[in-house]
Amino acid sequence: MAINMDELKERVVASQEADAQFTHSIRVCMASGCLSSQSDLLKKELEAELKKRGLEKTCQIKGVGCFGPCANGPVIAVEPNGPMYQEVKVTDIPAIVEALDTKPVEKLVLPTDTPFFNRQVKIVLENSGKIDPESIEDYIAAGGFEGLVRALHEMTPQEVIDSLTKANLRGRGGGGYPTGLKWSTVAKAEGAHKYVICNGDEGDPGAFMDRSVMEADPFRVLEGMLIAGYAVGADYGYLYVRAEYPLAVKMLKAAIRQATKQGFLGKNICGTPFSFEVDIRLGAGAFVCGEETALIASIEGKRGQPRPRPPYPAESGLWGYPTLINNVETYANIAPIIRRGMEWFHDIGFHKNRGTKVFALSGKINNIGLIEVPMGITLREIIYDIGGGIPNGKAFKALQTGGPSGGCIPAEHLDTPISYESLSQLGSMMGSGGMIIMDETSCMVDVAKYFMEFCMDESCGKCVPCRVGTAHMYDLLSKICDGSATLDDLALLEQLCDVVKNTSLCGLGQSSPNPVLSTLRYFRDEYMAHIVEKRCPAGVCKMKHAVEA
Amino acid sequence: MRSATLAPPSEDKRWRLVDATMRRHGHSPNALIETLHTVQESFGYLEDDALRYVAKSLHVPMSRVYGVATFYYFFSLKPAGEHRCVVCLGTACYIKGGKAILDTISEMAGIKPGQTTPDGRLSLLTVRCVGSCGLAPAVVFDDEVKGRVTPPEAIDRVKDWF
Repeated sequence: MAINMDELKERVVASQEADAQFTHSIRVCMASGCLSSQSDLLKKELEAELKKRGLEKTCQIKGVGCFGPCANGPVIAVEPNGPMYQEVKVTDIPAIVEALDTKPVEKLVLPTDTPFFNRQVKIVLENSGKIDPESIEDYIAAGGFEGLVRALHEMTPQEVIDSLTKANLRGRGGGGYPTGLKWSTVAKAEGAHKYVICNGDEGDPGAFMDRSVMEADPFRVLEGMLIAGYAVGADYGYLYVRAEYPLAVKMLKAAIRQATKQGFLGKNICGTPFSFEVDIRLGAGAFVCGEETALIASIEGKRGQPRPRPPYPAESGLWGYPTLINNVETYANIAPIIRRGMEWFHDIGFHKNRGTKVFALSGKINNIGLIEVPMGITLREIIYDIGGGIPNGKAFKALQTGGPSGGCIPAEHLDTPISYESLSQLGSMMGSGGMIIMDETSCMVDVAKYFMEFCMDESCGKCVPCRVGTAHMYDLLSKICDGSATLDDLALLEQLCDVVKNTSLCGLGQSSPNPVLSTLRYFRDEYMAHIVEKRCPAGVCKMKHAVEA
Repeated sequence: MRSATLAPPSEDKRWRLVDATMRRHGHSPNALIETLHTVQESFGYLEDDALRYVAKSLHVPMSRVYGVATFYYFFSLKPAGEHRCVVCLGTACYIKGGKAILDTISEMAGIKPGQTTPDGRLSLLTVRCVGSCGLAPAVVFDDEVKGRVTPPEAIDRVKDWF
């Protein structure tokens, strides 16, 4: 099927005309968050109510991806220009339908003229909450596949890579490696086959950005992989997704089916010599599989244990062939950059950090949910403007980013602009985008222990420093938490942090001391209170030998 | 492509699903994890007979099959209880009291996380983030994700299963 730009534009018009037949469109969030408060029931009920009133020809109902304010779910939005409703119950449906042409149902309205909505800049999530993720027509109407068609018909593979290099896109999995450079290494590598892998093994606790992207806009991820395949010369792609994300898997499967049917996947895509196929591989619950060499082992049907690099996957990856691995959010950025041009992308962000970053905001904060912000925004703006501050009049204590590989950032550094470099300097990291806010009721030693337990459980056992070191660090942290540790134990803990950080084989081990190191750096007094005074300042830890007051 | 000449361990029709997965991947050793997913989905857990059958069919040593089956958390070698209560211990749930929910249920049911009650009625499990951080603390009762759960609510819910 030879799809060129004109043909694509015609489809856009056709799809927009189909939508224009309706005077209203009600969008119901069908992403995992709202689904767990029965938004699917709401959609059924809405359909029934419209039918009852004979409005099914004038009002359209669309199941869409995440709107962002996940804690206020289930969320629905009435378009055009209508209100957004929060915490909608089945019993509210008649009132909502009744109010379509009149004033909105006041008690359910979620105000959208707040910083939570208007301080965000959406690239990756631009379609999230707008299009039906199961409809390729919706995606095309929103500019989908324009990037792919442009790349295939108007650009050479080298020009595609150059655009990414000039746009200064960096890996959104957390490391921040320049995407253009990675792609050009794979493009230059020699191999009878090449593979493109999308890392959707979002294992960090407290992170659900990639899941939302896969659920809300699966075609965007496919388009990114397709453009990557064209640029590096690969003909096969794997989407590696956590088995814990059944809805994302369902959406991706449906997207692959539709894209294949419409000629965007398969042989001679859009009438060009380029051919590309995509298959899904399910993870099976191993955090370490987020590490690229472990992920490759897992796709090969083996235990997900990392191997030393070099050789890097770009030279020798899946089954020994050159392999490009990027994270979901990185692929989601590709199509907009090609479609709108690298200058547009380069204008967002600051210094060496261009574009946006999606964060999952959770913990002790008023506005919990998914946000996308330009690089360079300060942590304070995220927490107090977009996040709406700390609930119940409690004081902010720390912000945790980067999951078990990251660290805790205290109040005095909240004015730091977000960038890969600035977060590393603070002893944390950008990570994949989990952002957990803690207030004065959280004990930082307990938090460090929590992450160490995670790393201990998730250590694959291949290298000694990580396998044994994380267990020892966990024991020492447990001793501190129950009040039986001495200052010697603390010194030993610090020494172990250093050893594990510098001698572990892969990123999991190397970064596992980070939560301890960062809490020691900013909250050493809490450690001392546990060890010397045998008390937990936040009142979280139960002391074995509590000192009688 | 290798052919499967082996007969399944039993007459059970669910083996057809397993065979179909292996066939789709040409009985390649690479299909091991995908096949184990199908076995677990069809039978609920990975029985010894199933592991042996998959090993032989895919021409993979039993040691590697067992290694993979025990490496990944998602695979279980024991049958799960009739009902499953999965407490999320992701960071957001943890700092909002997920641990207290776990401890309460654990005490009431008299089992530790990861165990099933002797009568096979309830399995108590934990998970590292179900991705419903907006609804923390979250618990999955059977297949239903419930948000903002308090320990008494969790007890109420689980009590009915005894």
